[in-house]
Amino acid sequence: MLSRDIVIIGAGPAGLAASIEAGKAGADVLVADLNMKPGGQLFKQIHKFFGSSEHHSGTRGTDIGIRLLKEAENAGVEIWLRSAVIGIFPGNKVAIRKDLGDGKTELITLLAKKIIMATGASENVVRFKGWTSPGVMGAGAAQTMVNVNHVKPGKKIVMVGSGNVGLIVSYQLMQAGCEVVAVVEAAPGIGGYAVHAAKICRAGVPIYTKHTVVEAVTDEDGCVKEVVIAEVDGKFNPVAGTEKRLEADTVTIAAGLKPVVELPRLLNCDFSYHGLFGGWIPLHNKNMETSVAGIYVAGDSTGVEEANTALEEGRIAGIAAAESLGLIPADRADARKKEIWGRLESLRMGPFGEKRLKGKEAILKEYKERIGLPSVR
Amino acid sequence: MSLIQAGYLEYEELAEVQTLPDRERYAQGPVAVIECVQEIPCNPCEAACKSSAIRIGEPITNLPVLAADKCTGCGVCVAKCPGLAIFIVNKTYSDTTASVAFPFEYFPVPEEGDAVKAVNRKGNVVCDAVVRRVMNPKGFDHTPVVTVEIPKELADEVRGIQRGQKG
Repeated sequence: MLSRDIVIIGAGPAGLAASIEAGKAGADVLVADLNMKPGGQLFKQIHKFFGSSEHHSGTRGTDIGIRLLKEAENAGVEIWLRSAVIGIFPGNKVAIRKDLGDGKTELITLLAKKIIMATGASENVVRFKGWTSPGVMGAGAAQTMVNVNHVKPGKKIVMVGSGNVGLIVSYQLMQAGCEVVAVVEAAPGIGGYAVHAAKICRAGVPIYTKHTVVEAVTDEDGCVKEVVIAEVDGKFNPVAGTEKRLEADTVTIAAGLKPVVELPRLLNCDFSYHGLFGGWIPLHNKNMETSVAGIYVAGDSTGVEEANTALEEGRIAGIAAAESLGLIPADRADARKKEIWGRLESLRMGPFGEKRLKGKEAILKEYKERIGLPSVR
Repeated sequence: MSLIQAGYLEYEELAEVQTLPDRERYAQGPVAVIECVQEIPCNPCEAACKSSAIRIGEPITNLPVLAADKCTGCGVCVAKCPGLAIFIVNKTYSDTTASVAFPFEYFPVPEEGDAVKAVNRKGNVVCDAVVRRVMNPKGFDHTPVVTVEIPKELADEVRGIQRGQKG
């Protein structure tokens, strides 16, 4: 059976960062990703990132992606693309449907000494009349269309959700030449950073707080031609008589993300529910190790945050996995992990971050109390 | 109207959160106006300023503080701010006019001499303006900084221009 020191699932920021740290330590690392290109969502982030200089702040996400790929290559990391991990079995056996090109695939089972799961998150949906019509899509999908594939999803767009994703994607749709007719937000206030909101306000886009989409009205071909929005009451129900009709051909939904956790579920990792982080997440300790020994998690799949925190968690998982293989001396690994936890703390400060800081502390505490030490299964 | 309902602050509200240049400093020429009002983890403006006029320190969620006396109004921070939240305001452009420089990441990028419509923080057109300068060096990494000349009394209000209809 083929074997690797470390198999990493997902080549987004968390997976790549983990692979770089482990590869630099001398581990034999394989990253499997089901997409055509590595980088996860980084290559559609054409905006300049926040963070500090350690986080390449002020650099566009796409350029951070290029940098990470280069570092992974230099660290000797092997990446299998279009290759889905279809199962993980007892004894750290990872089943991968490997792409061989020309539409051919091969099912390969690999023995991994350590596994790092960095599978990211998926978009939530909002249901309303007409929500399955052509022209209604996730904001992330629209972002991929304009920034990766250079195709406009539509001409006139209604964005549902005013979190950072909704605001940033609205801006980028306008950069691509689309018109954003409105941003609709059910909550009483804008969810994302004010600087993102200010950008789209300056562009003249109205933000309707306390509003929801009631219907996407379609034409004879079934495509969206009009969007009906209405005010909501305290229980988020539309208030009759407050409807507004907006001419639009596209509805993009930015209603949050949830962690992708099928693989840790297969392994019976211990889970916990954290609404703040998008739902059910596998618990982890300060090494990013789950309740199952040798199985690590990092990034959005263990709590939806952002690319910088995913990168840092990935680094910790990569270092910890390499350390447990004896490739990094404990004192050096501890010092590096401590430094990274410090940077994570600085990313989780301020009015937007401190809830996440407390939430992550609660996750670590819960791990300590419920699990203590990871168990061999 | 609070920040989280409107998405932006008016100049007077801004003054309660941010250290803005005083009348004296405005009288001396171009100066940065930092419209960063929430404690978010971000600090590239601090390193961008060659005159060390912007201070964030630790933690990186601190709001930037401008030492207006050190600021030369060069505009580098305008391009470097990931939040596109810094502007250069020159209230001494002429006897009757001021200039405002802002980041502009849309196509088409305006050119010097273009007659454009200036907009306020809400995106409403408030006056006609003329583009006086477009800075777009490689180091700005695709964030052109556009300077427009506007009536002096609108210097605290104008924060951009209407986008072109191309696209």
